[in-house]
Amino acid sequence: MENKVIIVKNLVKKFGNFVANDNLNFEVSGGEIFGFLGANGAGKTTALRILSGLSKPSSGEVSVAGYDAYKQTELIKKNIGYMCQKFSLYEDLTVRENIILYGGIYGMSKSLIRERLTELLSKLRFREYENRIIADLPLGLRQKLAFSVAVLHEPRIVFLDEPTGGVDPVTRRQFWEMIYETASRGITVFVTTHYMDEAEYCDRISIMNEGKIVALDTPANLKKQYNASSVEEVFIKIARPNL
Amino acid sequence: MNAIIESSGVSKVFGTTKALTDISFTINESEIFGFIGPDGAGKTTLFRIITTLLLPDKGTMNVLGLNSVKNYKELRKYIGYMPGRFSLYQDLSVEENLNFYATVFGTTVEENYDLISEIYSHIEPFKKRLAGQLSGGMKQKLALSCALIHKPKLLVLDEPTTGVDAVSRSEFWDMLGKLRKYNITIIVSTPYMDEAMRCDRVALIQNGTILAIDSPGKIREGFSRRLFTVKSAEKYKLIIALRKFPDTFTAYPFGDSVHVTFVNDDAEKSLFSFLQGEGLFDVEINAAEAGIEDRFLELMNKEQ
Repeated sequence: MENKVIIVKNLVKKFGNFVANDNLNFEVSGGEIFGFLGANGAGKTTALRILSGLSKPSSGEVSVAGYDAYKQTELIKKNIGYMCQKFSLYEDLTVRENIILYGGIYGMSKSLIRERLTELLSKLRFREYENRIIADLPLGLRQKLAFSVAVLHEPRIVFLDEPTGGVDPVTRRQFWEMIYETASRGITVFVTTHYMDEAEYCDRISIMNEGKIVALDTPANLKKQYNASSVEEVFIKIARPNL
Repeated sequence: MNAIIESSGVSKVFGTTKALTDISFTINESEIFGFIGPDGAGKTTLFRIITTLLLPDKGTMNVLGLNSVKNYKELRKYIGYMPGRFSLYQDLSVEENLNFYATVFGTTVEENYDLISEIYSHIEPFKKRLAGQLSGGMKQKLALSCALIHKPKLLVLDEPTTGVDAVSRSEFWDMLGKLRKYNITIIVSTPYMDEAMRCDRVALIQNGTILAIDSPGKIREGFSRRLFTVKSAEKYKLIIALRKFPDTFTAYPFGDSVHVTFVNDDAEKSLFSFLQGEGLFDVEINAAEAGIEDRFLELMNKEQ
């Protein structure tokens, strides 16, 4: 199929004798919201580091945004965004300063940064917060800003680590609407999370166990296949089949 | 029924932040009671007042018949507290951590071993390992063992399941259920609405105030409108279209569907053709039962 922004074929990553990623195979399309799930220690972080150009595979083929994960890691880094739950913003800089700093890091031109800054401040109704430091911002606003900064340079893919953990239910909805809006513009959203209700929002999910991908499909199909009422139930059936 | 915790008009302010405003509730013996709310709602502040670690600005907090300010020394003997931030000594082994907590409370691991045996047996094979080298699920089991080793009457668990995978979370709640037979009252906080169903009663907490207190079932029944789930493959387009529909009261994304309520409950009938007019032809509309999170959203909107 056309427009695959992530292609992973027979990916293996070993640390000494330990096989952290054991022959992974999957593809993710442009504009897809893809959930990457697994228990603690299942190998998610290892795979994520390879997909974001921070670590190289031991063997197999990995292409991210059209770039090779062995030879073109710097190009991969330029074409992805990343946001983790523990806020990727500098607490002692203002909203404005954070946006300008990240724009600079991503190598955006000054005029483009200025344009995005104005756009963002009005879209998020952030005008009144423009010159406040991040530490003084309500949690929900921080989270929304962190996401906006992660897609400031219009990357092909944005990686989100437990994006809505701990936020109130209203903010959580607003956040998912931002994710849907981003995906509708063709940006791929790659979500890793422990919280299965976050997984329910994804177009497709994969579940890892002991270094392998053991399930990959839409949440609806997986629930049908495992005769479960929620992704949480699917996950528990896969991770602890003997229960 | 014996009241284990009686909070009456408790308030706490940090600078200009109202952490807790006029909090009143009663928790009974042997209950599993959940405080459900997002980060910053005031859960940790409340737990620190209950455990005598923080003074309320206003109001009184009585725990096990003792005042949390005047009788704090006596009260501390009867409380087991597992704070949200990791409570273990990373550079002590599993066994050393447990012995340490037993000694601090003037008891021994042997004396109360039966209380923790079911939980501790999972990590006992690793008793020589340093706590800092345990997995998330194992740390959680050790921290719970340490909070229980002096056989407290009240167990206070501040976000015990945050950052833990779904399997360990489910096991953790099973363990709490098994503690019932020892007559221990348990209060637990969590930002995860789905965990409410594992509690006898819950308080929904937001911006330092309690929005509702009841059994999880009763809280769901409190939802005041008919609720519908609407599905389409084009989620973003669907949300935008639902907001345009003149009879929509609320429309919130919820997993693979959008939860919708209407100004008039029978508006549902005309929605299908409206959405077709918006170019959505794969729409499924179904009546649904409200969950805890639906009710939480409804209560938050009333507050504003």
